[in-house]
Amino acid sequence: MPALDFSTGLRCRVCGKLYPKDAINFCKDDFGPLEVDYDYPAIARTITRAKVEKRPKTMWRYRELLPITGEPTVGPQVGGTPLVRGDRLADALGVRNLWIKNDAVNFPTLSFKDRVVSVALSKAREFGMKTVGCASTGNLANSVAANGAAAGLETYILIPASLERSKILGTSVFGSNVVAVDGTYDEVNRLCTQIALKYGWGFVNVNLRPYYAEGSKTFGYEIAEDLGWRFPQHVVCPMAGGALIGKIHKAFGELNSVGLVTQPNTCKMYGAQATGCNPISDAVKTNKERHKPVRKPDTICKSLAIGDPADGYFAAKLIRETGGWAEDVTDEEIIEGISLLARTEGIFAETAGGATVAVARKLIEQGRLPRGEEIVLCITGNGLKTLDALYEAIEAPVQIKPALAEFESLFAGREPIAA
Amino acid sequence: MAVKVEIPSPLRELTGGLTEVSVSGTTVRAALDDLVRQYPTLGPKLFEGGKVRPYINIFVNDEDVRYLDDLQTAVAAGQVIAVIPAVAGG
Repeated sequence: MPALDFSTGLRCRVCGKLYPKDAINFCKDDFGPLEVDYDYPAIARTITRAKVEKRPKTMWRYRELLPITGEPTVGPQVGGTPLVRGDRLADALGVRNLWIKNDAVNFPTLSFKDRVVSVALSKAREFGMKTVGCASTGNLANSVAANGAAAGLETYILIPASLERSKILGTSVFGSNVVAVDGTYDEVNRLCTQIALKYGWGFVNVNLRPYYAEGSKTFGYEIAEDLGWRFPQHVVCPMAGGALIGKIHKAFGELNSVGLVTQPNTCKMYGAQATGCNPISDAVKTNKERHKPVRKPDTICKSLAIGDPADGYFAAKLIRETGGWAEDVTDEEIIEGISLLARTEGIFAETAGGATVAVARKLIEQGRLPRGEEIVLCITGNGLKTLDALYEAIEAPVQIKPALAEFESLFAGREPIAA
Repeated sequence: MAVKVEIPSPLRELTGGLTEVSVSGTTVRAALDDLVRQYPTLGPKLFEGGKVRPYINIFVNDEDVRYLDDLQTAVAAGQVIAVIPAVAGG
């Protein structure tokens, strides 16, 4: 792959001021979020479908649209996850044309967060950083810990103490400095901002956030390429901080800008949250310009439990502008969503995936998602990480002695094969 | 003992490098007004049209003032007001 960096700097999303490519995430004039700026005409002159298709099936095949200077040094194998045709789930939901983008099998830590971390830590190394970290609801913790370990970086990972055991264990195993904070995600996040400002370490979702967030775009590029270089009509995406939904839509727009897809980007974006932490879906449903933060999230869906989402304003605005919608679902509906996806498609998603499936069902029933049009559901994390939410809900297996008679007493009436 | 305001590093060039500024006032609003009186160039950074800019969060002793009484939150001597950029996480 050629080492080409088409990013031109970081631009404030509020005032438009352009900053050099540093480890900084907000504008010094108005504290607005910074976003990577690219020279799209230059990318359009060099990128072609044939070039992309010849590269390995990882997120880095869209290299020109990612903001690093050299080769990716962290996570070169991330991405390239399956887009699965969901006919059995479609039947269950009463729709005709459904796809599942399955990042539950993303490498190496089984969530879409490996995409963002691959970019952020490659960038951290460019900046010469030796110490990196994050505030996390779990998936990001796993990914920073694993990718940081593989890159030989020292990692500091701050999480709410109430996270699922498997997500904590799946972080500590990599030798990170894991700090469980007695507080909500938003409190952890505020503490990380204070640490990042004081020590200058590379916190992937604080001072490296502009680069980090760009990694999510590859989720969108892959959907479009796997559909045959075109866009679906509807995308349903889980929302925590609210960045992913925006980056998928941005990815589609960029594919237009650089000439890889000519079909206009009219995809409608739909956001999924848990009712116990629904600042963005509430903002959409009650037509608030800015979300009202949720002080104490209360849901089994801990990966979406961000009460004060940094991209809440932009996510709600995008949903309105594309003609989509947002909904939230109860913990019971989330578990039903996990079960439905597992039993129809053989995909075991974490609670955020259960929320996405359950919200899709709700939107279909409301008539907001048309039954005859093409829908993509975004599954962003793996069910093996959120087993805590399911132990009570999923029936334990029947236990028998190793005797044929006992087995047959359970399944009486089954015909044996002819002798 | 006065109320202290913690200054985030990007704004310290406007406070002559000070990481903390002592202010007077019995509410967050009054305390921040006193901060701006001492360092007028901070005014347009923190406020827009009389309101705190949307991407700034204000904390009193580590609690977000939006969960208290916002800018009317009472502050007392010895308490710390922190001004923290909001664009992080997710």
